[in-house]
This record gives sequence, C-alpha cells and structure tokens, in this order.
Amino acid sequence: MDIIKVNNLSKVFNGNLRAVDGVSFEVKEGEIFGFLGPNGAGKTTTIKMLTTLISPTGGDAQILGYSIKKNAPEVRASIGVVPQEYTADEDLTGYDNILLLADLYGIPRDVANKRIAELLELVELSNAAKRKVATYSGGMRRRLELAIGLINFPPVLFLDEPTLGLDVQTRTAVWNYIKKLKEKYKMTLFMTTHYLEEADHLCDRIALIDHGKIIKIGAPEALKAQLGGDIIKLSVSNDKPELKKILENAVGVKEVKKIGNEYRIKAKSSETLTPKLIALLSSKKYQVTKLSMTKPSLDEVYLEYTGKSMREEQGGFDRFAQNRQMQATRR
Amino acid sequence: MDKQESKIRVERKIHYPNFFRATWSLANRDLKKWYLSPAILIISMVQPIIWLALFGKAFNLGALFTSVSSGATAAELAIFGTTSYFSYLALGMLAFMAISTSMMGGMSIVWDRRFGFVDKILTAPITKLSIIVGKILNSVIRALAQAVVLLIIAIVLGMTLTYFTITSVLTAFAALFLLSFGMSSLFVLLALRARDWQSQMMIINLLMLPLLFASNAFFPLSIMPSWLQTIASWNPVSYAISIGRSALLGPSYTPLASNLMSFLYLGIFAVGMTAITVILSRRLLKG
Repeated sequence: MDIIKVNNLSKVFNGNLRAVDGVSFEVKEGEIFGFLGPNGAGKTTTIKMLTTLISPTGGDAQILGYSIKKNAPEVRASIGVVPQEYTADEDLTGYDNILLLADLYGIPRDVANKRIAELLELVELSNAAKRKVATYSGGMRRRLELAIGLINFPPVLFLDEPTLGLDVQTRTAVWNYIKKLKEKYKMTLFMTTHYLEEADHLCDRIALIDHGKIIKIGAPEALKAQLGGDIIKLSVSNDKPELKKILENAVGVKEVKKIGNEYRIKAKSSETLTPKLIALLSSKKYQVTKLSMTKPSLDEVYLEYTGKSMREEQGGFDRFAQNRQMQATRR
Repeated sequence: MDKQESKIRVERKIHYPNFFRATWSLANRDLKKWYLSPAILIISMVQPIIWLALFGKAFNLGALFTSVSSGATAAELAIFGTTSYFSYLALGMLAFMAISTSMMGGMSIVWDRRFGFVDKILTAPITKLSIIVGKILNSVIRALAQAVVLLIIAIVLGMTLTYFTITSVLTAFAALFLLSFGMSSLFVLLALRARDWQSQMMIINLLMLPLLFASNAFFPLSIMPSWLQTIASWNPVSYAISIGRSALLGPSYTPLASNLMSFLYLGIFAVGMTAITVILSRRLLKG
C-alpha cells in the first residue's frame, strides 16, 4: 500500500526560484524512503510541503489518503516530524519539552505520561529527563528530537537530515535508534540526507534529487547494481601498448579504460579478480605500482546520472569520510 | 501477533488537541522560563523597583514645586490631581512595566522562529490562534504579576491611595490587563516576520520611550504642547493610566475621559489589535 503519494509537487519561490520542480513518487507502508541530494537540491522544501509547513505552488500529495492541501489538520495529526534544527527549548527540561508536544497533539495526560516514559527509555534519556536541555550533548538533543517526533505514535515519521552535524559514533548511534524505533512502532519513514553512507545504510529505497528534480528512484543495492560492477584502478611502471589488450582478455574483466597512465577496469567482483590480475601481470613481467578497488557506491550512481560527484560538492562529507578513515587507522 | 497489531491500531487513535489546553501549554512553556528560574524571576521583579526608585524618588517633580513656593501644594494638586507626585507617577510606572513586559513577551516569538520552534509547532495539529493567544497570555500574566509586586512596593515606599478597595484595585488592573493584551498583540504582529533579534531590539527602542512620553505617565496632558496632547490623547497607554489614577488616587484627579469610555477605548484597542494579529498570522506565520 502506498502510504505517501506525491503527484507532480512543485514549489516556486518569489516567482522564479524553482526549488522543487514537479516531483512524483510513492512511499510504501513500512519502508524507509530517503531523499538524497546535495545541499540546495530541494530536499527540505519537499519535506516542508509534505509536513504542511509551506504550501505547494503546484501538484499535491496524499499522506494516508489525506491531501496536504485540503486536509492539513488530519495530515498534521497523523505524522511526526523531526526537523533539521534542534527545536527543543533549552531552558526547559527534556520532560517538559516532550510534555508540551503531547499537549499540542491533544494526547490525554495519563496516556502521555506512559508514552513519555517509554520513549525516553527507548532513546536512553530517562536519567536526563529532569535536566535542562541546555546541558545535553548534541547526540542527546538529537535523541530528544526523535522522542518528541514520536509522541503522537505517528504512522508516518518525517526526518530532515537526522544526523546533520553529528560526529561519527553519534551518527551511527542515531541510525540504530531510528531503526529500533521504526521496528517498534511499525512506522513508515521519509527522510532527507546528503550523507551517502546514511542513505545506503538506512534506506530501503532512495530518490536521487538534484535541482528540484528526481533523477532516479530505487533501492540502493539496485541502483549500484545498475552501474554494472566494481572498479579496479591500477598503474604499472613499465607500461607497454599491448597491456590494454592483455587486461581486456583476462577472464572476469568487463571493460577497460585508460585514463592518463591509469587503467580503470570494470569487473563483476573486484575481490576475486584482483589477485588473478596481479598474478597475470607479474607473469608477464609488469611491475604494479598502484592498485585500488572501488565497490559501486551511491556517489558513483550519483556521478553516473548527474555528471558530478556529491563528495566533491560537499566539503562536509569529505571531512566525514576523512574522519572515518582516521578512526579506522587508529584501530 | 493479531493482538499486537490491534494494540498498535488502538494506540494509534488519532487525537486532536483542545484549543484551551494547547494555548495554555504554549503560554505555560514561556512562563516556566520565568517562574522556574529564580534569577529571572527576581530580576524581573527588581526591575520595577529600580524604576520606581529612580523615576519616583530621584526624578521627583513634586519636590520642585515645594522648593519654589509655599503655594506649591495647591499648584501641584491643580496640575496632577494629587499632592503626592510619587503616587501620581507610580501608576505611570505600572503602565510602563506592563508595556515593556508585553513588548518582550510578544517579541519572543522572534527567538522561537529562529530556533525552529515555530516550525515544529506548526506541524502539530493546533491552530495559529493558539500560538498567538499563547504568546499574549504569557505576556499578560507576567505583566500583571509584576504590576502586583510593583504596586505593593510603591505602597511600602510611600504611595498614598485615596481609594484602596478591592473594586478600585481591580479596576486599575483590568485597565492594565487590556493595555497589556493589546500591546502584546501589537508586538507579536511586529515580530511575525522578523527572524533576527536586532530588528526586535530596534523596534523596542523605537517605540518604548515615545509610547511612554507621549502619554500621561509623567505629566497630565493639560501641560503638554498641543501636538503632543493630540498624540497622547490617542495613545491607549494614557487611558490605562487615567483609569488607574481615577480609581486609586482620588476625586481631585481629572480623568482623560469617563472610566467607561476609557475602558471602551482600551477594549477596542485590545480586541482590535488581537483580531488584526490573528488574521494576519494566517498568512504571515508560516514555515
């Protein structure tokens, strides 16, 4: 069953800025659907329209059959929203923050108190509940936002960049909370992100979005499979023109391209092919000086369809990747 | 499994909020920052005491009269309607406090927008009316609570009330209530589209002193230049002060208009301002 149906949704700001340009997609009940794209691609604008914060200039969407244009109160009552910012009031306690939203959703007090205790337990904030939010760490605040977004036990939860600005460990922890909560409450999740790993790790299906348009929709694995295989890059010190032929004729190689003095080899499985290639090359007296293997990543999918790399566009992501590499080397 | 499923369905029953509960929760959220934080509570109470001491005792116009001639008391009585300028001024200070508290309270919506709180509550199934009225209630409650403290302190410091009955005090506070209600609405309206605190501060600086000086807070309209008289006679602050003085100070005080007319004027100001703010918020208050 399609729990969210989006039909040609558009938003034009000030008459000329087409932030969202006629997007259409469906989200199935129980899945995690991700909007992946660089900053300014129109992700937040889409989520703001779907959560009835701003009204579309064209098209419509149904959430649980309610139109975001005509049935905004019903939509609001049946969704949960975890916004990009930390919206909890720093001067109040975690408990008071969540209680406020319970009141705003009209949840009876006795029900609300049970839910609050349960949700705070799930995000492991029970002990910090009576502390002011100002004393929370970034990860704690993000978890509090998650708990607040779930107070009405929404069938559909919207998450806008749920791990923006968090360090690596905290990010992984937040992913786990999201998965746990989704399982427990049998929700459908719609999230936006510009972190490739996040989309890959969390989402059942993703939509690649760029300049307000959806470029491709599919499961991350399927999108990557469409690329046709892994990439092995190698260079040798004693290059000869016939090397390209040798590589092309090797079993398991699908395609060879020479860029500069580097060979880019497309293969079904780089793990099994690489040792064979090295053995083959050394038997022919070639000296391999550089070698790398790349699994098809969402970045390469993105590159394939938009002609640009998300990593290159996002300084933030590069820092994240570097950070992660540093973590890996330290271990 | 079936049992589990049905439990989820039952728990998933969609609730819709009650207007009063939602509005009160929003007001209470702002009020908690005040009454749960001793430092802020004390500072907000100390502020009116300082004003009273500085404006009422240091800036004592009554003393000018008595130092000039012995017929001064009569002149003072004729101009201010009381021989105690401090008592005259105290009611001006009550109004001053009510409007400054309303300003800060009303404009706190700027911060709420900035931190995404407005976006957050706009996705909840509440009405914009709740958001606006919640803000106004917060300011009005703070202003009235501070006014009570201020009045008590003024009496301790020597304010003389000719009429000191429950009715007279309630009359004065009813006027402050309407003034504060209207002013809060006005400042919520001014802050609806603002996102930065600088514009908030500019608006407060721009309007605070003119609102006060173009009123009868310090002097009666009769000794003002005529252009200022005209402005002051439209200023709702003047009417709230006039009601307070005629209710508490004595028969020799000449009110701006009959209390009934003043209440009518303040009532129109409060209801009108709130109506405009609520109507415009439907368009201006959005994500």
